[in-house]
Amino acid sequence: MTVLTPNQTSAGKPQVLHRRRKPLATRAYKAFRVAALIAVVLFLIAPLFWMLLASFKTNVDIYDTGKALFFSPTGENYANVLQRNNYFVFIFNSFWVAFVSTALSIVLGVPAAYAMSRFTMHRSALVVLMARVIPGVSLLVPWYYVFSNLRMVGRFEVLILSHMFVALPLIVYIMMSYFDSLPLELEESAQVDGLTPIGAFRRITLPLSVAGIATAGILSFIFSWNNFMFALVLSGASTKTLPVAIFDFVSYASIDWGGLMAAATVVTIPIMIIALFTQKYIVSGLTAGATKG
Amino acid sequence: MSVTNAARSAPARSAGRPPSLGGNISAWSNRHRKWLFAAPAMIFVGVLIVFPLVWTLYLSLTDSQGSVRAATEFIGLQNYLTVLTDTDRFWPAVGRTMTFTGVALVCEVVLGMGIALLLWRPFRGEKWVRVAILLPLVATPVAVGMMWRLIFDPNIGFANQLLGMIGIPPQPWLSGQDTALGTTIFMDVWQWTPMVVLILLAGLTSLSDEPDEAARVDGANAFQRFFYITLPLMMPTVIVAILLRGIDALKTFDILYATKGKGGGSFNEVETLNVYAYGLSFDYNQYGLSSAVLILFFMIIIGSMWLLTMRKKAVSK
Repeated sequence: MTVLTPNQTSAGKPQVLHRRRKPLATRAYKAFRVAALIAVVLFLIAPLFWMLLASFKTNVDIYDTGKALFFSPTGENYANVLQRNNYFVFIFNSFWVAFVSTALSIVLGVPAAYAMSRFTMHRSALVVLMARVIPGVSLLVPWYYVFSNLRMVGRFEVLILSHMFVALPLIVYIMMSYFDSLPLELEESAQVDGLTPIGAFRRITLPLSVAGIATAGILSFIFSWNNFMFALVLSGASTKTLPVAIFDFVSYASIDWGGLMAAATVVTIPIMIIALFTQKYIVSGLTAGATKG
Repeated sequence: MSVTNAARSAPARSAGRPPSLGGNISAWSNRHRKWLFAAPAMIFVGVLIVFPLVWTLYLSLTDSQGSVRAATEFIGLQNYLTVLTDTDRFWPAVGRTMTFTGVALVCEVVLGMGIALLLWRPFRGEKWVRVAILLPLVATPVAVGMMWRLIFDPNIGFANQLLGMIGIPPQPWLSGQDTALGTTIFMDVWQWTPMVVLILLAGLTSLSDEPDEAARVDGANAFQRFFYITLPLMMPTVIVAILLRGIDALKTFDILYATKGKGGGSFNEVETLNVYAYGLSFDYNQYGLSSAVLILFFMIIIGSMWLLTMRKKAVSK
């Protein structure tokens, strides 16, 4: 009602009218909304901030509850983690495995998603998407069986293959809903103009799909970077990825909290920076296919 | 439609010149592009996923244990019998998996809907709130587990300091036999509520404003409009969110293993089916038994998905 009134009055002073007539309930809701949003942001950010703070504290300061927020920061934890524990190697391993498994999955997954979308291959799509449902452990046992018989456990190839198991279905899933939303007319008119169907895919559809491929690629990279279980079983001393390296941190006698938090920060920071710059893509990828009937 | 295009355009191109080898290959691949495109991915999935699944089924019928190279014997359904009568580890693990998934899902969907509604209409500073929502989502679960280990540490953790400020005695959190599962559920809610928010927000923004406006004109208040207009329209999206999140929640492994280690703690207090199966395979090398657990686990997942998909179809009608 109150919304309608200013519009119905003649163009006189609608804005002033609007402001004066705004009911108390609306203002109360506005205040509530601001408070609730601040609470949500605090709830989500505070733990991460705590981790970051602890990574700059000495272990003595971590045990001193009086120095929760005010303390003299030290870079020692990072120096320890990066130098003594060889984290540069693990960072490279994580990056390499995530990069190669994502790249290979794009090469395999994008054409497959295209075919499945254009020829509505529902059953084939279902087989690929099943992979999103299967518990990872049930694949690990047979893989471990095969690869340890081939004496290949601990090699990059095996790790990359296992990460592709997550990446490929993800890429097919995202790209299928992307191709579904791309109009068919463009390809058809390209074919009328003399391009072969594959040529139309390569010269028309693919360049139009860069945003979709970026979305799928970024998400697949993040999932691979964060993957823990496959690397826990299939990586060796020289191919260990960051999540496994952090996990090994606590199996020592007593927990070096400062070092552990520095290690945890080292893992999460790169992925968060990527996420900040590619926010739009991540959101569209995570919600792909969620809102269509 | 595009199949006829393929047949039409390929000969049209080569009509003017004599057929060459390259032209033949090109024509052939254009005609068979459907399978040419799909086959590599399908073969990969077949080799890396279908084959292991069949192998798991086979292993679950054998007494495979110890070394992966040891000889195995076919023992029929014995493993399933052992597992299904195991009230010591298996059934409690089923119970924990259900509790974990159920409680986490309810919290995440209710909180997620609340936050999505808060974010629905544009406001100043929206950008920053969206960043805050994204960060837990992309954070490495193992690192997140370690972070919560420090925060929930009974002696030095921030959680007990916070409780101390409002006069509540310190809690054991992760180290308590009764509180550990609840604490891990809390971690899951922290990390994955943002996912539900994003899905529901995508749903909300795709809704048409008209039904809501009409109800507003008719004098419906905010609660009435939510429960009688927005929520019913959002039901299909809510079920998609439950489906996507539920599958992952059932399979949760990283934060459980990172915070409580092997066997879900010394009293198995957070041992879900996934953690149990992992432990059987890689800590105890009971491949046959763990395969049986996995097949049963897989059936539970498929069963719950099927139920939800049925529900979604009913709601969408």
